[in-house]
Amino acid sequence: MAADLIDVLARDDDRIEVITLVVKDVEFCVDIKAVREIRGWTPATPVPHAPPYVKGVINLRGIVMPVLDLAAQLDLGMTEPTSRHVIVVAQCGDKLAGLLVDSVQETFHVSAAQLQAPPAVCERDGGSVVDAILPLEGRMISRLVVDRLVRHEAPLAA
Amino acid sequence: MNNEAEGYPLAQFRKTYFEECAELLDALQANLELLSNGSGDEETLHAIFRSVHSIKGGAGAFGFGGLVAFSHVFESLLDAMREQKISATPDVVQILLRASDALADIVGAARDEHVLAADFAADILTAMEEALLGASDPTASGVQPKPDSEVNEVSGERRYRIAFTPHTEMLQKANEPLLLIRQLRKLGGLSIEVDSSRVPPLDVIEPESAYLSWIFTLDTGVPQSAIHEVFEFVEDDCDLKIEVVSDGSLAAPAANLAANSANPARLAASKPVDAAVAPATPTQSIRVDVDKVDRLVNLVGELVITQAMLTEQGTLLPVDHYPALIQGIEALAQGARELQESVMAIRAQPVKSVFARMPRIVRDLAATLGKEVRIVTAGEMTEIDKTVIEQLNDPLTHMIRNALDHGIEGPDDRIAAGKPRQGTIHLSAAQRSGRIVIEVADDGRGLNREKVLAKAQDRGLVAAGASLSDEEIDNLIFLPAFSTADVVSNISGRGVDMDVVKRNVQSLGGRITVQSRFGSGSRFTLSLPLTLAVLDGMVVSVGKETFIIPLTAIIESLRPQAADIHPVVGRGLVLALRGEYLPLTHLHRCFAISDAITDPCRGIVIIVESESAGRVGVMVDELLGQQQVVVKSLEANYESVDGISGATILGNGRVALILDIARLREIDSRMATDRTVFNHQNAIIDLPEEAPHAA
Repeated sequence: MAADLIDVLARDDDRIEVITLVVKDVEFCVDIKAVREIRGWTPATPVPHAPPYVKGVINLRGIVMPVLDLAAQLDLGMTEPTSRHVIVVAQCGDKLAGLLVDSVQETFHVSAAQLQAPPAVCERDGGSVVDAILPLEGRMISRLVVDRLVRHEAPLAA
Repeated sequence: MNNEAEGYPLAQFRKTYFEECAELLDALQANLELLSNGSGDEETLHAIFRSVHSIKGGAGAFGFGGLVAFSHVFESLLDAMREQKISATPDVVQILLRASDALADIVGAARDEHVLAADFAADILTAMEEALLGASDPTASGVQPKPDSEVNEVSGERRYRIAFTPHTEMLQKANEPLLLIRQLRKLGGLSIEVDSSRVPPLDVIEPESAYLSWIFTLDTGVPQSAIHEVFEFVEDDCDLKIEVVSDGSLAAPAANLAANSANPARLAASKPVDAAVAPATPTQSIRVDVDKVDRLVNLVGELVITQAMLTEQGTLLPVDHYPALIQGIEALAQGARELQESVMAIRAQPVKSVFARMPRIVRDLAATLGKEVRIVTAGEMTEIDKTVIEQLNDPLTHMIRNALDHGIEGPDDRIAAGKPRQGTIHLSAAQRSGRIVIEVADDGRGLNREKVLAKAQDRGLVAAGASLSDEEIDNLIFLPAFSTADVVSNISGRGVDMDVVKRNVQSLGGRITVQSRFGSGSRFTLSLPLTLAVLDGMVVSVGKETFIIPLTAIIESLRPQAADIHPVVGRGLVLALRGEYLPLTHLHRCFAISDAITDPCRGIVIIVESESAGRVGVMVDELLGQQQVVVKSLEANYESVDGISGATILGNGRVALILDIARLREIDSRMATDRTVFNHQNAIIDLPEEAPHAA
């Protein structure tokens, strides 16, 4: 028993908990530590002079927070949000942003060893928003760098 | 930020020390003012001494050598005054005032880790030392020095009897008698006698009360002032009597004991009187980290928004079905409003903290300009939110400087004009109908309207034939173009940088006006909101979007007639309003909003005024009403947006953006000329056509 526990603890170091998201039928995942909460779509107030992937700002219990269209940010086209869409509230440093996705699927643990470097085809100017690929039972899940998304530093649609 | 401070306790102590210094310097300044206008008493002098002494004490702990050296001389001078070796003549008070200014500078330099010039304040130091030298010569000061202290300074060992009875308050303020006794022991040979007769039986004893008194017999060569210094911080909270029992040759201890044994009775007798006279006021305030208060303000802001949402939903319910719910919502609204007011009141501070800096500015500048000016303040205890206080210093300083520089005449001119040599600046604050009104009035030369008007016409600010009211002419001095008219400042007496003041004040959501009588002075009136955390706004709609325009910027709103709208080639449309032509800004074009009304005659034009953009007509679809809104930052999670000064949350839970009206005109013209770029970036949005005009 004790040996098992030690084994688990030892392994825990390189284990990461991720949450999977679906955007335009493509599966992505993000580190769950960056996710603060998940909520339904509420109409956003458009912000002037914003890039197209900024859907606007919403009220998160008194905090004004931007909502970013993940599909547009990933070059997968624009999302026409409905009440079935989901906003993943992500935190990066002291900034919060809502990532608009089609749906949120599940959370699970993966070991760091399971992650593979993304193929060079993902590389874009200013770096990539995908930093790893997770092959899982025939699925391919791309891990997103929340920092880049939240700070919208590297919009893919140039 | 908190964690960081906790990680470095020394830095935290340092911060606390400088916070305390700021308060001490304020108190010092205020008490010196009392002393200089003659309303101070002995206690004022003690308070002044304590301020300097406390600054010195902390400075020693942090190793600010220069600060210690300066405050030591300052303190010695004050001490000599306390012992009435030097009296508070106007000359001496002047030295004290200058010393206090210099002390503030030295503290500031220590805080900001600046290095001051080696001879900084050397003249003041010399003046203080000279005053001190004068004091040691008894004939120099008009006051007869106390014999005992005088003798002490020069001769050897003396025996003192010190009767010391701490009050309970002394212990409550965390002063430990044992530490004082240890200090006394350092001064010389000490014998201690304790009177424990007042200690009650154990079952009624209050552990935090003071029951003991002491009689100390101290043989020492130090002056009496050094003994006083030991009790410096507890003087107000104890009965203290220091006497010289013997001079030179020390009397037999037995005789002393006999003399002392009479004391407890005397102390006991004097005690009730003292207790009745000085029930030391318990501390009425606590120190709270500003971050904590801000967090509270934010939380209450959220609560108020949620409450507004509930109230809105409540109006949709039939009252007869849910009477208790509706009542509850109403009670919640009431409670939330009161809570918000109370929380805002925590952050409110008296304007005193800003006003207190003004006398120094007046002193410094008057000396430079060779003018004689005094400043009279009133209403210092008027409170405003700290967000406003922080922003108030600059415009106020500017106005005071301006009054001194251009308003008040030199002493000779004043006498020639039949006025007293000394000019007066009145600075006052008062709360009026939810705003704070600050007035700066001087009895100087006032505005020369003819010159002001002539200059304004010359500059093309006023049409040649225009007839302006006196008030309108006076207020021309706030125009930006006017302030560049350097000659005017010399001729008319006013005009320099007043546009800067107005811009500062407007960015605070305030207004400034001037009233003046040529020859007898000017009065500037500032009206400011009590806080920057909430804002009175006009809610407007453009297409499907809702915006807030700060009410302070709005002059009027109207639905124009077709005949009033004129096209100007390459410049869009202008609106003719009572002989003036105002540029029209299309809000829908600024922010690329579709489905908006594009014909000014079908929408509403709001005339707004800003310093940099002047008067502009802003086209919106509809006015939705006035509302007080809680200002939220857009930058906190997003980034700053041109033309938007902030955001707020409306009763329906949606975010509405607050317009930065000073920027709209420029954005509009950029958008009008940049149509190609614009279309490319926002390919989805159809650009509305240029508004049709019926010319």
